[in-house]
Amino acid sequence: MTDVIVELEKVNKYFGQNHVIKDFDLRIIEGEFLTLLGPSGCGKTTILRMIAGLEDATSGTIKIQDERVEDKEAYERDVNTVFQSYALFPHMTTYENIAYGLNVKKIPKQEIKERVREMLEMVQLMGYEGRKPDMMSGGQKQRVAIARALINKPKVLLLDEPLGALDLKLRKQMQIELKRLQKKLNITFVYVTHDQEEALTMSDRIAVMQEGVVEQLGTPDEIYKYPGTKFVAGFIGESNIFEGEIISAKNGILKVAGSSGEKMTLLGSGFDEGEPIQVCVRPEAAAYSKEPKDGFSLKGTVRNIIFVGSQYRTLILLENGQEVKINRGRKDRDIKEGDVVYIYWEDEDGFGIRKKGQETQK
Amino acid sequence: MNEKNGITVKDKKSWFRRNGPVLSTTGPISVWMLVFVLIPMLYIIFISFMTRDVYGGIVYDFTLDNYKEIIQPLYLKVIWKSLKLAFITTVICLLLGYPLAYYIAGKPSKTAAKLIMLVMIPYWTNSLVRLYSVNLLGATNGPINNILMDIGLISEPLDMLYSDGIVVIGLLTAMLPFSVLPLYASIEKLDKSLLEASRDLGARPHITFLKVTIPLTMPGIVGCVLLVFIPSLGMYYVPEALGGGKVMLIGSLVRNQFLVTKNWPFGASLAILLVLMTLAMVWIYTRVSKMDDLEVF
Repeated sequence: MTDVIVELEKVNKYFGQNHVIKDFDLRIIEGEFLTLLGPSGCGKTTILRMIAGLEDATSGTIKIQDERVEDKEAYERDVNTVFQSYALFPHMTTYENIAYGLNVKKIPKQEIKERVREMLEMVQLMGYEGRKPDMMSGGQKQRVAIARALINKPKVLLLDEPLGALDLKLRKQMQIELKRLQKKLNITFVYVTHDQEEALTMSDRIAVMQEGVVEQLGTPDEIYKYPGTKFVAGFIGESNIFEGEIISAKNGILKVAGSSGEKMTLLGSGFDEGEPIQVCVRPEAAAYSKEPKDGFSLKGTVRNIIFVGSQYRTLILLENGQEVKINRGRKDRDIKEGDVVYIYWEDEDGFGIRKKGQETQK
Repeated sequence: MNEKNGITVKDKKSWFRRNGPVLSTTGPISVWMLVFVLIPMLYIIFISFMTRDVYGGIVYDFTLDNYKEIIQPLYLKVIWKSLKLAFITTVICLLLGYPLAYYIAGKPSKTAAKLIMLVMIPYWTNSLVRLYSVNLLGATNGPINNILMDIGLISEPLDMLYSDGIVVIGLLTAMLPFSVLPLYASIEKLDKSLLEASRDLGARPHITFLKVTIPLTMPGIVGCVLLVFIPSLGMYYVPEALGGGKVMLIGSLVRNQFLVTKNWPFGASLAILLVLMTLAMVWIYTRVSKMDDLEVF
């Protein structure tokens, strides 16, 4: 069932002296929607371009369907790309753009006609055959770019921040459409984005990248709930991170002392007593009250309560100077700015990250 | 403006106010164009229909003879040869200029600016000096013949001077910089991601070149053709200097009619023909390439 369609092994890439991809390993499974997520400059686009054949790896192997492709030119590989800026041919109509790949493969005209029509129907652009790119909106151009790539029936479709140039509303709509398209065609999508929300919405799996390596690979759920590293915890959603040391680990419950002795508890296994740990808690999972709760002694002063639309965001300053963000659905009537409060959370909402190593708890 | 009585003083004032800025900016050049281009042009058209008297003066008798004279085989041959040499020059300029422009466009902008400078430097040197150096190179005992004879490729010096070939070389030295500039301008603007897209969609390099690169750099190609073909057609000092009067082109013909034979009316009709050919070229190119904006101009 889980056939690997693209495999990268120990791939390295240098641009001059810059080591942008470092011993990169990744196995992409047939039919999945995999997202490469990371801040700009993390090498995600370079990975995509190396799969496409637009960039050569300095070392390492890249396989597409068990076949090594390092020596294959981009035009010989059965993958297609949707480019960030669409890269539609401005001197060609929608029809000619979509038909381009089939034309260069010398497919009979009649078949091209039928397949282009099919594509136009699929991306809902019937009637736009004769338009040139500069007469179309961003969203329409985007659809042409997708159709132009998909008509070649690629084994893998590579998408390089395809929605980056669209406005928020259109982007949301296209996210859903892309996901639906991918399910329907059952083609492997490799999607590059720096937008964590986009990644969480669309992906089957996400590879969070930083500085040329995969920080964590997992389903959106896993990555959000159990970030494996501090970077992932900070990049996907927001996190409050407390440095500490484990004082007891019994029955899957960890008791942790913060840097100045604050107590906190969380679920976690595989940790040893005395081990340093980073405790993460999402702003929406944490709470505060005027009285200390069992097992917690994180004391702080309410600095600010900000209304951000759907939530009230409270900023609490701990005694050691750390600022903690907590989101609440409602405003607590009896707590005002300047009050001293105690922060706590349900044991299962906290998660521990090892200072070194990449494993997740649970 | 039909109701002349309706125009009041106030209207006139506002006319100046409306057109003042335009007049002050485009006025001087308009006057220049009027005095030094339009009026001489009209005068040339006018005398092309006049008659020449025996002393080289102009008699104001209307006639079409000057145009009928052009249809003589002797002159048609000159026109044909001019077209042929201009065409060959243009083709060679494209073949040499395109790869060079492509190469320069691929360089970082600072390097590219320096390379463009190198291309332009010959143009800033005196054109006659350049032509005579071509002349020296091609002379019977010039370096080219000497080298070829020394390495034994030829036993007798080639008679390069006063041939069509050396005239084309002369035209090339004059025109090549102009061919590189518009080509460079349009190749440099070419979005490289389009070439990648083509590659990604399965097109081999030559297909990408034919289907994407050439069509998208067409403004530069058209610009190159216009900038090379038209001046080559009328340029008279190159065949004069290198052809030694043996290679007669339409430009030299016009010059001779005005300055040597003193047949101004006939010279004028030839000049008008040259202008018409030029206009026809421009018209055909704008038609064929269907371009609303020729970016080189």
